[in-house]
Amino acid sequence: MNARTLDPAHHLIENEPYYEAVGEEIQLFEAAYRQQIPVLLKGPTGCGKTRFMEHMAWRLKRPLITVSCHDDLTASDLVGRYLVKGGETVWVDGPLTRAVRCGGICYLDEIVEARKDTMVVIHPLADDRRTLPMEKLGQTVEATPEFCLAISYNPGYQSVLKDLKQSTRQRFVALEFDYPSATLERRIVATESGVSEAIADSLVRFAQMTRNLKGSGLEEGASTRLLVHAGKLISDGVSPVTACKAAVAQAVTDDADMLKAIQELSSSIF
Amino acid sequence: MALAPLTAADMEANLHIWLETEFTYFKVEDLAAELTTLARDEQDFILNWIRRIASTHITLAWQFGRRAPALLPRMERRLLEAWAVHTCDIFDRTGLQNALRIMEQVDSFDETQHQNDAAGALYEDIAPILGNFVCGLSGRRLKLEEGDAAWTDGERIVLPPMIATLPDLDDNFQLAKITVALLWAQTRYGSLRIDHATISARYADPDRALTRLYALEILRLSAQIARELPGLHRQMLRLREQLDSALPPAWQPFETTLSAREATLDDSLALLAAAYEEAECPQWSDQGCLRPDAIAAARAARLDIEKARLRIKLAELLDEHKAPQDAAPEAPDTPPELNVEPRDENGQLDFEITLDDAPIAPPDGVKQLLTSVYLDFGEIPPDYLTPAGDGEYDPNLVFDQPDDTDSVWQGTYHEKGAELFPEWDHGRQHYRKNWCVMREKTVTPVYDDFYRDTLGKHAGVVKHLRKKFEALRDENRLEKRQTQGDEIDLDALIEALADARDGSEMSDRLFMRTHRAERNIAVAFLVDMSGSTQGWINEAEREALILLCEALELLGDRYAIYGFSGTTRKRCELFRIKTFDERYDDEVKARISGIRPQEYTRMGFALRHMTKLLNQVEAKTRVLVTLSDGRPDDYFDVYRGVYGVEDTRMALQEASRTGIHPFCITLDREARDYLPHMYGAARYIILDDVRQLPVKVTDIYRRITT
Repeated sequence: MNARTLDPAHHLIENEPYYEAVGEEIQLFEAAYRQQIPVLLKGPTGCGKTRFMEHMAWRLKRPLITVSCHDDLTASDLVGRYLVKGGETVWVDGPLTRAVRCGGICYLDEIVEARKDTMVVIHPLADDRRTLPMEKLGQTVEATPEFCLAISYNPGYQSVLKDLKQSTRQRFVALEFDYPSATLERRIVATESGVSEAIADSLVRFAQMTRNLKGSGLEEGASTRLLVHAGKLISDGVSPVTACKAAVAQAVTDDADMLKAIQELSSSIF
Repeated sequence: MALAPLTAADMEANLHIWLETEFTYFKVEDLAAELTTLARDEQDFILNWIRRIASTHITLAWQFGRRAPALLPRMERRLLEAWAVHTCDIFDRTGLQNALRIMEQVDSFDETQHQNDAAGALYEDIAPILGNFVCGLSGRRLKLEEGDAAWTDGERIVLPPMIATLPDLDDNFQLAKITVALLWAQTRYGSLRIDHATISARYADPDRALTRLYALEILRLSAQIARELPGLHRQMLRLREQLDSALPPAWQPFETTLSAREATLDDSLALLAAAYEEAECPQWSDQGCLRPDAIAAARAARLDIEKARLRIKLAELLDEHKAPQDAAPEAPDTPPELNVEPRDENGQLDFEITLDDAPIAPPDGVKQLLTSVYLDFGEIPPDYLTPAGDGEYDPNLVFDQPDDTDSVWQGTYHEKGAELFPEWDHGRQHYRKNWCVMREKTVTPVYDDFYRDTLGKHAGVVKHLRKKFEALRDENRLEKRQTQGDEIDLDALIEALADARDGSEMSDRLFMRTHRAERNIAVAFLVDMSGSTQGWINEAEREALILLCEALELLGDRYAIYGFSGTTRKRCELFRIKTFDERYDDEVKARISGIRPQEYTRMGFALRHMTKLLNQVEAKTRVLVTLSDGRPDDYFDVYRGVYGVEDTRMALQEASRTGIHPFCITLDREARDYLPHMYGAARYIILDDVRQLPVKVTDIYRRITT
């Protein structure tokens, strides 16, 4: 069987990605999109930021180009670079340039991880100029009205080095994401993983307990994503306690005492 | 092959020395005779512990020796060890009398009562797990503590040193967990909201009433746990079936009533009169016990202070939310309406705060206060919601203030406001818990010409240093001939194309990329401020620090400087000269100038504290540099000699276990023999000439960080 090769610049998401709105984030995003304002998504890991972007790309019928930023990501990685092909140099567009050219949605995930020079290309795109300077080509590309820039950022990392500068953050409309309310989270876990309401309820309760531990030995509590993973294992026949251990406890910590404590919590619930 | 048992004569010689029979007149001959009947490894075990305890107190060791041979056949070694360590801890904390009592209690160990001790769950082992466990459950944050029995006062959960009701270790752990859950539930589901004294006073036999009320509450809470923590409840049923008798028939209607989802403490109180009449009262092995006095004391201390805290916090919250509206010309004069809606759903307590019907997000601190208040009252009383007026409360009284370290000595309680550190007791081969009483102080700055003079004196060195350290400074630079990069390396490309024409292989290293400067080092300097540094050494230390700071400022490494000194374990002092967050300004320079020799060299606590501080700093590499003039030493204390060396060695090992690189610079010229051992985990260097210190230190730093 051959895996499908997709060109993100021309690929539209066909099926509706499942997303439960927590507040008015869908209307807000749509309004910002129409008004051509870039969007900043804040929130802890695994609370549905990426899923939300997929859902919005589907709603707005625009291609979605996602770039996961890492600490070695430079401006050239976003804009493009010359490559050598058979004795000649060829310009290759980077993902951001492709998104600007095709009028897609460019989603820069965990933007604070990227190198500081990336901001140089993001800033003119993120204000009313909406242009992408391509220094090496000596060109400037103007974004079409369909283009949209979205970035995400997790304020939970308390490192001073990983903070978003005011000059950057003040260009965006900010949408705050958090773990959904218990009722909603229950529905999400049940829908995504196919477990019963009762199991989903216990999973959510378990997640809340691990979130209570945040700050006293745990960096982050269990995210909705982890609950979905645990739920999927359970609906595949794994016992709930084992599933929680593999999908949640081991995923959030390596500390032996903390692992045992989390396991005791899960075995208390199931 | 088992070794042959030791003869009485072999053992006597050692016992005489360990127990100092010359002065104590202990009859070690009898003890040795008793020990000869044992196997060699049993002998070794007991002798080893006699030696270890003797380093703490000889009488304790003697008592241990007298009892241990008889205990060995029926007690597991793990527990004998725990008992020995516990005795020493008690001795550390409360002295000989209590420690001897603990020693004696082991004699009263009744075999049947303690038949399961081998499988006992020790507090030390279960506390880290159950501490986190109880944190994960909702409600007020409860602390786990060790004590005489299992009970709670609404702020702490106390567990006995060992739970050994069942023959299986895992079951004993489960029992401890269930007990903790039941004690937690008392706070979470409002069992502690009443004044037990008032209730019990209504009955002829107050104790009888309280026991029955407690039993009723356990029934109610067990049902709550069945709903909230079904997994735990299953274990609870299993263990109760093994350990407890069935519920008396007369109590069954009570259970039915109290198992209802909406049952509260009031329902238990309503049933109390009927339960009081019952002759039987059920008891469960997991129930813990009720301490009305502790509950009342904790509650009384908590209520007022939390009310004040909440009202102040709410006032702050209100200020924050009012600020943007001030721009509007006509701010309404009516006070804004603050509402708090508690929601207790899905096992989680949550609060919705509305201000004039608009919801606002409460900060974490407010939420915790609200939770605590809610647990005390079952609601948020309206008078708790009036934000505090200006100056209504003195924040100094309401919030914990950092204690003025100097005033502490005038108080009666010396350990107030101090931080406690353990110390490694080499003789005991175990830590002495909470042994060192440590305080941080700031060096009194001395504004004089010291800084300028030092720079003048070492002008040549400073210039040299600048050059060397500047070269060290990692700068952004272009790396050529890379396989990947932002730009094409034209030189490399041309060469490669020529190669290709030539028929040879074409290189793929055709790109350039910028290398990012990344010197991510945090370093803490710990300077000996003991009395022995008086004179030359002190001056050399201060000069060295000035030169170091000059160099470090060039490098941009984050650094902190602390001095240490102390007199006995009760007065360990750490002097702040520069913290990680402070800038190298005139005040810091004046503090360096103000470093004066103090008292003795107790090093362990200082190393442990610096380890803690360093680990709070985010850096790729953490370095701890100590600068001392010799052997650890303290006034009239065992710290002199091997004990101090071993404690220092242990503290350095602890530091390196957490990933810190310890490095020691010492000026001790005579006693080189102990150094390799003491600095086992650390690298070190010995300087012969004090005058070299200022010049060498920076050089050493350069070497260890590149």
